[in-house]
Amino acid sequence: MKTAVIVFPGSNCDNDVVHAVSMVFGPVVSKVWHEDESLPEGTGLVVLPGGFSYGDYLRCGAMAAKSPIIAAVKEHARKGLPILGICNGFQVLTETGLLTGALLANRSLSFICDFCHIRVERNDTPFTSRYATGQVLRIPIAHYEGLFYLPQTELEALESEGRVVFRYCSPEGDTDERFSPNGSLNNIAGVINTEGNVLGMMPHPERASEDLLGSTDGADLFRSVSDWLEGGIQA
Amino acid sequence: MSVNYLDVGLKEQEYLAIMDILGREPNMQELRILGVMWSEHCSYKSTRPLLSMFPNSGGAVVQGPGENAGIVDIGGGWGAAFKVESHNHPSAVSPYQGAATGVGGIIRDILAMGARPVASLDGLCLGDESLQQSRSLADGIVKGIAGYGNAVGVPTVGGKTLYDGCYNGNPLVNAMCLGVVRLDSIVSSKTARPGHLAILVGSRTGRDGIAGAAFASSGLADDTRASRPQVQIGDPFVEKLLIECCLEIHSKGLMVAMQDMGAAGITSSSSEIAAKSGTGIVINSELVPLRENDMEPWEIALSESQERMLLVAEQENLPEISKIAAKWELECAAIGKVTDDGQFVISDKGKIVVSLPAGMVGGSCPVISWTSREPSGRKATSQKGTTFSLSPHMIEKHLVTLLSNPSLSDKSGIFHQYDYMVQTGTVVPPGSAASIIRVRENGKLLGLAMEVDPWKCEIDPFTGSAEVFLKALRSLWVAGAEHLGMTNCLNFPSPEDPGNFWVISRCVEGLAAVARDLVCPVVSGNVSLYNESGDAKILPSPLVGVTGTFRDIAKPLSESFSCENETVFLAGFSKGTLNGSHFARAMAVEQNHREFPYLPEKEKIFMHSAIETVRKGLATSGRTVAGGGLLVSLAKMCVTSGIGISIDEELPLDDLAVFLFGETGPRAIYTVTENLEKDFASIWSGIPLIKLGQTGGKTFTIKGLLEIPVNEIARAWRR
Repeated sequence: MKTAVIVFPGSNCDNDVVHAVSMVFGPVVSKVWHEDESLPEGTGLVVLPGGFSYGDYLRCGAMAAKSPIIAAVKEHARKGLPILGICNGFQVLTETGLLTGALLANRSLSFICDFCHIRVERNDTPFTSRYATGQVLRIPIAHYEGLFYLPQTELEALESEGRVVFRYCSPEGDTDERFSPNGSLNNIAGVINTEGNVLGMMPHPERASEDLLGSTDGADLFRSVSDWLEGGIQA
Repeated sequence: MSVNYLDVGLKEQEYLAIMDILGREPNMQELRILGVMWSEHCSYKSTRPLLSMFPNSGGAVVQGPGENAGIVDIGGGWGAAFKVESHNHPSAVSPYQGAATGVGGIIRDILAMGARPVASLDGLCLGDESLQQSRSLADGIVKGIAGYGNAVGVPTVGGKTLYDGCYNGNPLVNAMCLGVVRLDSIVSSKTARPGHLAILVGSRTGRDGIAGAAFASSGLADDTRASRPQVQIGDPFVEKLLIECCLEIHSKGLMVAMQDMGAAGITSSSSEIAAKSGTGIVINSELVPLRENDMEPWEIALSESQERMLLVAEQENLPEISKIAAKWELECAAIGKVTDDGQFVISDKGKIVVSLPAGMVGGSCPVISWTSREPSGRKATSQKGTTFSLSPHMIEKHLVTLLSNPSLSDKSGIFHQYDYMVQTGTVVPPGSAASIIRVRENGKLLGLAMEVDPWKCEIDPFTGSAEVFLKALRSLWVAGAEHLGMTNCLNFPSPEDPGNFWVISRCVEGLAAVARDLVCPVVSGNVSLYNESGDAKILPSPLVGVTGTFRDIAKPLSESFSCENETVFLAGFSKGTLNGSHFARAMAVEQNHREFPYLPEKEKIFMHSAIETVRKGLATSGRTVAGGGLLVSLAKMCVTSGIGISIDEELPLDDLAVFLFGETGPRAIYTVTENLEKDFASIWSGIPLIKLGQTGGKTFTIKGLLEIPVNEIARAWRR
């Protein structure tokens, strides 16, 4: 699976994604500098990694969303190819308009780094085919602005279109709001676009791709994308 | 404005020494520079003879003290560069920025070795938790570490936090960083040659933090608000760019030397490079990119603006270096040149404003030998052991009291604010005695531990500081790691008081003894004196950071119970002592200045058994008996696993308080499956081994003495 990881000034999970994807698929990952105007030939998956692009001094992701590479990312999306935004990458995707919603400061008003549980709401996406619907994943979060927010009517539309892919939950899969670590509306941890090829999520699958680090639940996300790109599963 | 030597913090004999070296009076600009460079913070003038006691070579040491950080060999052609540094005074004045720039500064020290920073740890000694002022300082400090460390992308994997009223006005913030570097590409500051360019990369230079080093070298004023301009402001985003930029320049072989700009900014970085390389250096102050206009040359030279590095490179590499800096959106300017005359020169638009021997600026401040005298109060104390008559029905109450003591209770409220997982190498996260990371570059595991125990150092500075060092080492051993080296931060009050200086000396001797006897060289460190405010001074607080590797061990030993129905053993020498313990302070037990046992040979035997236990896979969990003693350590094993324990052994009722709550000495708790008990016992043969009981159930039970549900332990510990 040819993967391109976009590097913005201030990205700090780019090497982690490269490491995780390389472990699953071998050395097929390239880092793409934000000032580049095109993606490498034959790119399958594009990842916008976590970090603090431009220091997040303005709204998180707002500066990165204006980078030269974003035009190529949008073009990739238009072609129906998979794009994954993780943490700050999710924030960038909302700022580019590729995804709806906004990520606000956590309800606790402090940074939270911890393992949490998320429930897979759909397994008919390019990113989740290796999971079962309802499966609970153990996966880390690390963010200050992770509270997913949408105005009520848009939130209802998002839900009715089934565009919520991951929800925070208890280890048993209960999605009561007390199991949302950051106060996200409807416990939303990850959403997908209408076309089903752009996924944004606050949890870090690359941090849950090795036994040594305490969970391998994230690795199947990368495997799912690879299956999809190879034509195994159609969304 | 005219200044004299007193204004810049120099003493009369120092001024006379300057006159003697120069053969003339220094001008105003030179005086200001020497005032900073000859401050305690930059010159170590009070402690240099003491620090020379530390063994600093041999074993795994690749680079000892003298560079920006020490380096130990961690195998596979890779080294670990590590160091701890204080940011105490700035954090007292401006907790968020003080702590944040402390993290930033130590990261640049590691970067200056050519290493990629991969882990941070923080030692925090905070004031009385019941006071609003202390809580507010503590909150700012933690938020500052989080704000900087998280954005810069270096995981905060561990540390140590404790509370005592002595830190009310003067909290301690000691930041440690570890980075990895290929052994064949270590950067030195000794390799500059005449003709090389001095290139400044990073932020613009402003008026922030001017003379911060001198500020760090005296006691804190009653009203610390007046000192705020001496605190620097950090920008972790620029630091992140600086890391990537400098590592890229280094990976392309474009630089010959590098130095971070911390205390005393351009002056210290350039004069140290010149002094260590045996060259001179000229800095053209008008070439320094400035943040504000009309800065005097001495202000430019002494500014402590953050996120700047000084690179030394061949002229021909400047265009390529500038290109890389531009890619990372950083300022890059050739601000001077390495010369052959041994002089540190600042030139301002062609006019020489400072010309001093580089060695004089960068390192030849005369040593001050302060008087050392054992405080008279200490000698008269009784030599009898500390005792306490413990009523069995009070044990549960004592346990709950200790677990909810802020120094012993759960610290997850702090460390969950830190990104401790970025770089995907954190194998054992903060919250355990030893944090463990996997180094991506060579695939190996590294253990890291940090310790500080002011109360034991106050009881007896020599054996107390030895115990601090040993506590850190035991944490590594029980996890399965073999130690490689140590770094330390010597936090003390003023050395000018003979009693204080005696304590400082004895603490250094204690640390040096362990370094020598256990063969754990001291590769780097930092000294922070004058930790006083008003009438209050801190307790002696030397802090130790150690690192170690795992040989033939794939998985470190967990600190939490893993299964029910396993046998619980207490292994090791010493039943501990109440003197200097958390229990003694909580119960106001009379304590005395009695030495703790220091038994290096027994520590070695303990070390071998502990590491063999992990290597042979004989235990399912293990934890050193540390703060709070045996009962607290057992309770923590219960609460972190949710598994209870039942102790049915006859306990020594005559000395129950010491047995249950005593601290110090090499001891650990292990859980062992039944089929491995014999092998386990044989590894520990010749060492006292007590079979305490069994894991299982949901209560912590000691037959006839204690029965407390694990969830009540959790409530007390999590407060």
